[in-house]
Amino acid sequence: MTTADPKGVLTGAHYLDGDHAAAEGGLAAGCRFFAGYPITPSTEVAERIAARFPQIGGLFVQMEDEIASIAAILGASWAGAKTMTVTSGPGFSLMMENFGLGLMMEVPTVIVNVQRGGPSTGLPTLPGQADMMQARWGSHGDYEVIALSPSSPQESFDYVIKAFNLSEQYRLPVLVMMDECVGHMTEKIVIPKAEEIEIVPRKLFHGPKDAYRPYEPDSDMIPWMTRAGDGYRFHTTGLTHDERGYPVMSAECQEKCVHRLVDKIRKHADDIVVLEEEETDGAEVVVVSYGISCRVSVPAIERARAEGIKVGSLKLVTVWPFPERRIGELAEKVKAFVVPELNYGQMCYEVERCAAGKARTILVPHGGGWVHDPKSIHQAIKEGAK
Amino acid sequence: MPQGARPTPDSTRSKYWRKPLDADRIKIPHGEIHIAVNRCKGCQFCVEYCPRHALEMSSDFNVKGYHYPVAKPGNLCVDCRLCQMLCPEFAIFCVEEGEGEDEGTAKADGKAKEAGE
Amino acid sequence: MTTKTGVAPDLTHPMDGLLRMDRMPHIWCPTCGLGTTVTAFATAVESLGLDLDRLAVVSGIGCTGRVAGYIKVDSFHTTHGRAIPFATGLHLANPKLKVVVISGDGDLFAIGGNHFIHAARRNIDITIICVNNFIYAMTGGQVAPTTPVTSKAATMPYGNFEQPFNIPHLAESCGAVYVARWSALDVRRLAKSISEAILKPGFSVVEVISPCSTLYARQNRLGTGLDLMRFYHDNCEIRHGADTRELAIDYQSKIVVGKFVDRERPTYLDSMNKWYSEAFGGRYETYEGSVK
Repeated sequence: MTTADPKGVLTGAHYLDGDHAAAEGGLAAGCRFFAGYPITPSTEVAERIAARFPQIGGLFVQMEDEIASIAAILGASWAGAKTMTVTSGPGFSLMMENFGLGLMMEVPTVIVNVQRGGPSTGLPTLPGQADMMQARWGSHGDYEVIALSPSSPQESFDYVIKAFNLSEQYRLPVLVMMDECVGHMTEKIVIPKAEEIEIVPRKLFHGPKDAYRPYEPDSDMIPWMTRAGDGYRFHTTGLTHDERGYPVMSAECQEKCVHRLVDKIRKHADDIVVLEEEETDGAEVVVVSYGISCRVSVPAIERARAEGIKVGSLKLVTVWPFPERRIGELAEKVKAFVVPELNYGQMCYEVERCAAGKARTILVPHGGGWVHDPKSIHQAIKEGAK
Repeated sequence: MPQGARPTPDSTRSKYWRKPLDADRIKIPHGEIHIAVNRCKGCQFCVEYCPRHALEMSSDFNVKGYHYPVAKPGNLCVDCRLCQMLCPEFAIFCVEEGEGEDEGTAKADGKAKEAGE
Repeated sequence: MTTKTGVAPDLTHPMDGLLRMDRMPHIWCPTCGLGTTVTAFATAVESLGLDLDRLAVVSGIGCTGRVAGYIKVDSFHTTHGRAIPFATGLHLANPKLKVVVISGDGDLFAIGGNHFIHAARRNIDITIICVNNFIYAMTGGQVAPTTPVTSKAATMPYGNFEQPFNIPHLAESCGAVYVARWSALDVRRLAKSISEAILKPGFSVVEVISPCSTLYARQNRLGTGLDLMRFYHDNCEIRHGADTRELAIDYQSKIVVGKFVDRERPTYLDSMNKWYSEAFGGRYETYEGSVK
């Protein structure tokens, strides 16, 4: 474990919106390479980084499209840099193929999706939370992802750093699923001193050249990485590969290669999952929410509590991997889960799946374009308490 | 690469050739051709483009079932290494005669070293 | 599952040091020009005395895309069409790396076309070796953006009616600083061009006209790769400095080869560093990489 490079840490109290805070989070985490493409409502992240990077020795490049952006951050990560990109729905869709490449090659990097109304061009300047399932299943093939969902500018800063740390620890591109509301809301954020920010360093191999196997898993299921130029003469490919990084076309190799990509997250889910629970002990209804919908749920929960309903709240800091175990435990004790989301039903199905029929799951849908009226959430809580 | 007809063996014996005046001072290099017989896939690039026509395809098959090149008799190789550069299978290379011995290489005058698995 | 056929343990080819011998034999067909192109590349790299630890090869998808897997340097087999932006990231993050993209005509100019033109425009200091076999060979011989008019392809079963790209012209118009074209037969000149391209600062492109026996030749009943090489022998005309507008390739027509463009332009990083040092009035630290 190391601490942040002070060059990129804007220590102090600031009044920033989520996009700007996310940019500062990247800088504080040590990101020094950014390749992106403008897309509302994420563009401010890129613009801030474009302004800040030349001051601190980073490289910003606006690529010709989102596909080029994600390809470039993967390449730069292989050179040893900490890299990130930002986008929104349409760009997120474009990035899916190379997101898969990053997962298959096990490349640490961070992709921020400031979600907007969809599908297609949708509502570019208005919030949505409808890419949550896409975050999990958007690329083709089998894999597991890690995705975080901030609900404030402060969290945008914090979770981007967390995303970088997770990406280095588990060697994969990590997603930060913001939304336009959080991205464009301005609040006070406090950036600590560099020495107070914990940074997970890249797991780089330093042993003898002929001993290196790019995809030989360590005891934690994660292989040691190297950097282009360090003399290990490695090969890496998007094809299913063996521990030497060489493509092997067989079911046995697929099992060995791909199953580990899935397991390295699944088997560490307990370490990765982060939740913020409040009054879930003894609750009749638990509101499961993420992103901006957490903030909107607060008045609804307070009102329901004032009416005598025991309401707990479960905030998903990590949305993926989904907290299967915790939901399963709570389902034994509560009457219902209420899931408010800015979509017509995405994470609610995960809640329902994990509740396994032991508790009701009540979705409070909203197409996006604005946030929920807390009344609708309050209504659902009352319904759940019946 | 000149346009027109492919070079024929007779072009070296045209009536207009004479022995160069410095022929005794200039040493024509001689090469030793090494062929990894079992790498060959019978493409014939080397046979076709050797400027000295020093190679021909053997009537034998290698382990993959392809005919492979063999050096013609007569010490024709001049170590130009065009075969080495053209071969798509990294199956043939030349060394200057007398230098660069590999284990098991037969010392020969422009003879091919054939090796198998 | 596949039996590994090794190569003669008592016979080491001079190139074996640069090849991943544990992956030989390669997958390319007999009379394919790719092995020859790899040899030309290896010759170029050797003649330059490059530090092989600092050389990186990036390829896309296709027969040429497999080149990365056989060369023993840091090598990347990326997604279809995206070798150039990947290489851009690799290079910009660590400008000390020498990054070479080796990919096919379809990978670079169809799906990858947009990335090609922008990297050329920006003059990113990478080298592109485009192996042009006029077809999508790996997937079974479909039409490519370089397939000459009238030739047959799997998705043009009645003959191709689309006008193909003139690659040197495209490269020049987009800003490439070095553009050359050679056939796979002309290995020495090809190796020399590759050397020059690698050394040249900026976006350098070498197009290699390469025989494809199993798809292009067979579908058009042109024989094998050897017959295509004979065709190149008889029909390639060297015209250095030719106007790139005149370099289109028609079906079984004359092919003009040579070095067409060799000019000076500031590279992306040179422009960036100069610009920022002026903008920041001397407080700017020259960017030398994103990696400590």
